[in-house]
Amino acid sequence: MNSIVCLKQVPDTEAQILATPDGSDVKLDGVKFIISPYDEYGIEEALLQKEKAGGGEVTLVSMGPARAVEAIRTGLAMGADKAVHLDDEAFNGSDAQAAAKALAAQIKGMQYDIIYCGRQAIDDDQSQVGPALAELLGLPHTSLVTKVEVAADKKSVKVNRQIVGGEEILEIPLPCVLTCQKGLNEPRYASLPGIMKAKKKPLQPVKAAEIGIDAGTVGAAGSGTRVVKFTAPPTRTSAKIISGESPEEKAANLAKALREEAKAI
Amino acid sequence: MGKGIFVVTVPDQGTIRKVAFEILSEARKIATAKSEPLCAVIIGKGVAALAGKFAPYGADKVYVVENDLLENYTADGYAKALADLITREQPSIVLAGATVVGKDLMPKVAARINAGMAADCTAIGLDGDAFTVKRYMYSGKMIADVKFQADKVAIATIRPNVLIAAAPDASKSAEVVNVAAEVSAADIRVKVLEVVKGDAGKVDLTEAEVIVSGGRGMKDASGYGILEDLAKVLGATVGASRAAVDAGWRPVSDQVGQTGKVVSANLYIACGISGAIQHYAGMGTSKVIVAINKDGEAPILSKCDYAVIDDLFKVVPPLTEEIRKLKAD
Repeated sequence: MNSIVCLKQVPDTEAQILATPDGSDVKLDGVKFIISPYDEYGIEEALLQKEKAGGGEVTLVSMGPARAVEAIRTGLAMGADKAVHLDDEAFNGSDAQAAAKALAAQIKGMQYDIIYCGRQAIDDDQSQVGPALAELLGLPHTSLVTKVEVAADKKSVKVNRQIVGGEEILEIPLPCVLTCQKGLNEPRYASLPGIMKAKKKPLQPVKAAEIGIDAGTVGAAGSGTRVVKFTAPPTRTSAKIISGESPEEKAANLAKALREEAKAI
Repeated sequence: MGKGIFVVTVPDQGTIRKVAFEILSEARKIATAKSEPLCAVIIGKGVAALAGKFAPYGADKVYVVENDLLENYTADGYAKALADLITREQPSIVLAGATVVGKDLMPKVAARINAGMAADCTAIGLDGDAFTVKRYMYSGKMIADVKFQADKVAIATIRPNVLIAAAPDASKSAEVVNVAAEVSAADIRVKVLEVVKGDAGKVDLTEAEVIVSGGRGMKDASGYGILEDLAKVLGATVGASRAAVDAGWRPVSDQVGQTGKVVSANLYIACGISGAIQHYAGMGTSKVIVAINKDGEAPILSKCDYAVIDDLFKVVPPLTEEIRKLKAD
């Protein structure tokens, strides 16, 4: 069972994100970075399926600046076998669709049964790369997967997928793309021996030209959308504290305020 | 390019999600400003009966895209049907709700036709001739103004409950165009084996207008009983913080926050939730936020509109009664 896991390095969920004074970008200096949490479910699932199958390889593919190496090494320390790092200025400014193009160009020539993506990266929050990547590679996909069962003949996979008010159980022929949702598994931590081993695992840097990408089709030039301005969302200035002598009185005053003042009920 | 503003709807068991009307109402203004027709697109099997629902919200034309193979939603089948229509009609922008289906379908369509796409947008507009959208990034910590490049078809999905649906005008009518989608069994590679419906009456959190949410302060799973009662009188959906989900008190599908669902309710009542940055990221765009928390120092108290500082187990039951009385009036 050979798997590819697409991985993105993103700011920690705890990080405060601020815009630059002119609003043209966000300030990321001093911010701690992590593997996007949904991608960790992908790594874990790939490792579990490899263990279950008793063999195969898990390859990480990540597009990002030089600092992304740290996240890739963490993924290798969790147990992935090798990694490819798409690191080229030509990729800068790629929107989600352009990122999917770059990943597809890299993955096209590789050997795999399943490609795992997170359901979304928690910085851009687009949820686009998984389905777009599948389309570009001509593969079927399923998003928001919470359970994966590979058929005995290894020709298809049965997955559970979250839908509105319930779930679907689907059968997909391999190879395919799955996007991972919370609930799929509990990602393991990188062990100390894992971290030592990860330092020696192959991590191949790749430039756009090496995978036959014309620079005009990725990066800012190849993107159909462009962020022109970042602003901080409006903040609530101060809460109205509901007064009352007892919990019951506070409850009554709250109900009244919601009805008469906020007109929310 | 520029032969229309498309608003795509995938009906769910014979009903149209409200977000479709929210998008149509806003898109009507853009269609008028650009002098382009506003076209509703409805996809499925046996959906023609719903074609009349769109004109009251401003649609000039309704494409009814049908095929027996489109009975269940599949990304393969629906993407082919929609991409073929877009390729033939060349709209300038294609809009859809950022629902579970919209988020799955539209990125695939965008890749297929080499469109530019922005997901989960909270506003749409124009900058000269170019389409613009606003969307949250970093899970609500930043708002991005996004501009579409002119050389590609634009696709945007729109967050439910954010745009405002206009009052429907029943006197309006629209031209209906029936389209037989060219989808064959071989196109659909993913097979739906089973659909397991949970609580059928439950509105999904991402589309709920009122949410009652509980966190660590609920103490255990049984604590949610009082929230279910409050939710019932409010017609609300119950949500949970990550702490409550990780403790196993509520299912993962109930989680609101950066690693759960991003919601935008008219009224969000947070009970026993401290209001960590990750939780706020998932509900901060709600219109009215109420916090009920006995800890006067909880961060949520500085980020809400109304705060009750008291024991939630003593406040919520009488609140339920008060609201029941108000609603009965």
